[in-house]
Amino acid sequence: MSIDTDTARRVAKLARIRVEEEALPALASEFNTILGFIEQLQEVDVDGVEPMTGVTPMHLKRRDDVVTDGSQQEKVLANAPDAREGFFAVPKVVE
Amino acid sequence: MTELTKLTIASARDALRKGEISSVELTGALNAAVDGSDKLNAYAHKTPEIAEAQARAADERIKAGDAPDLCGIPLGIKDLFCTENTPSQAASRILDGFRPPYESTVTTQLFRDGAVMLGKLNMDEFAMGSSNETSAYGAAVNPWQADDGVALTPGGSSGGSAAAVAADLCLGATGTDTGGSIRQPAAFTGITGIKPTYGRCSRFGIIAFASSLDQAGPMTRDVRDAAIMLRAMSGHDPKDSTSADIAVPDFEAMLTGDIRGKVIGIPREYHVDGMPTEIETLWTRGTEMLRDAGALIRDISLPHTKYALPAYYVIAPAEASSNLARYDGVRFGHRAKLAQGDGITEMYEKTRAEGFGSEVQRRIMVGTYVLSAGFYDAYYNRARKVRTLIKRDFDQVFAEGVDAILTPATPSSAFGLGAMKDADPVQMYLNDVFTVTVNLAGLPGISVPAGLDHKGLPLGLQLIGRPWEEGDLLNTAYALEQAAGFVSKPAKWW
Repeated sequence: MSIDTDTARRVAKLARIRVEEEALPALASEFNTILGFIEQLQEVDVDGVEPMTGVTPMHLKRRDDVVTDGSQQEKVLANAPDAREGFFAVPKVVE
Repeated sequence: MTELTKLTIASARDALRKGEISSVELTGALNAAVDGSDKLNAYAHKTPEIAEAQARAADERIKAGDAPDLCGIPLGIKDLFCTENTPSQAASRILDGFRPPYESTVTTQLFRDGAVMLGKLNMDEFAMGSSNETSAYGAAVNPWQADDGVALTPGGSSGGSAAAVAADLCLGATGTDTGGSIRQPAAFTGITGIKPTYGRCSRFGIIAFASSLDQAGPMTRDVRDAAIMLRAMSGHDPKDSTSADIAVPDFEAMLTGDIRGKVIGIPREYHVDGMPTEIETLWTRGTEMLRDAGALIRDISLPHTKYALPAYYVIAPAEASSNLARYDGVRFGHRAKLAQGDGITEMYEKTRAEGFGSEVQRRIMVGTYVLSAGFYDAYYNRARKVRTLIKRDFDQVFAEGVDAILTPATPSSAFGLGAMKDADPVQMYLNDVFTVTVNLAGLPGISVPAGLDHKGLPLGLQLIGRPWEEGDLLNTAYALEQAAGFVSKPAKWW
């Protein structure tokens, strides 16, 4: 499996990270080094093996369905780069 | 009395309780040491005022006779832990200016016990790195040097924690370990570091890297201090659904040094190509020390060891790409300046390009790729199946009666800052070859300093224990520590 600049561009887009056009070939080459390393996994016989979901067997605890948190708008917004009138503010989302 | 900054947690605790010293004095001495340590770049944010206030409160508690072990003990806190109203930015530009409105559970518990916070410690950005060089603060520097005086890495990701403990800039520090981030820096700086069983310490308020692998743990001068600090950090937390509801024993009380009859496994797959002879020799010596202490040595096989690093470099980036999706310039941290007409997608893309360093970007994108349609089964699911096999290897040797496993902690001693600059990313990943299996299997692992190499730099040995048996593991580490008698300290040059 080899990654070309088109794939690198697509992955950057999916990850929402801006990568300049001239940086794509180097990025693709780094991906190929890492994926080449990962490729070893294809040697392992994994027939009938369950993929691990959690490393220690445990049941999710349940709790009473009651409100335990809330009413802290100020704290929630305190770290926002742009907060106005009790909301997070962002650039236009739809045309 | 030993110089205040050089005390262990245990000896400081005893001196505080006897009234021989006060926390205010102790904290003052450490604040001064921290102030004079800028060349090491171990502290990213110093908090002397918080420390003084906590020290005064601790002295009151001690006077009142209400003094848990950590009461009045000055600690450093890795920048990955959210501490209320104090900068907590995972050494990333993207969290520049972030002040958490809440406290992580681990630090809540430390402060509940009266611990004093000296500041926030440097680390690799989002804990992704093995040399501290990915930090937005610049690299922390190892207080140890060889004769050539070249600046060395303290390891990573908990490099600031390791440098601070080794250079007497705190009595102990918190670290986190996703693939070796406590144990490798501990080995590089001649200190002790334990990653407990997955689920032992709450992850609430610890900035997430790879949630199925991340665990917090203590980094200390010796095994006893690790036992004391781990007990305070551990315990069930309803705010972390993977935190285990299992009683936390008094780990310190379990340090008898008696390991007679314990079975220690020596895994043959950990003899890797190109490993320095010195490390092989150290490993053999460690084996002999445990045998002399009465343990039974058994050769074992962990056949899937070789596949641990590649599985890790699928699973960890996959989880990171998901966890780090939250940094979007909307709710906290950095937002890029936008051009006329930029919409929300440009805001995300520019913010994340400016805010994340290159290693973090690379891992997010690798994670995005292995999770993307068409590759999910070939990479992500296959890696999770291999992870099952890696855990099964350990389960089998434990079922056959092995109590602990002895391995080297790292494939080399500390290397020069910048020495890996031109290497491909995989070369840096090889630092974690002996430690990463333990995260994948969720086991406890401890690095104990065991000797110096020909350059005079510390080397560590790793012990791996059964799940939830940190007490037994710490006791074996204690026996190893006593036999190794490692007492060297770096000469002060900073």
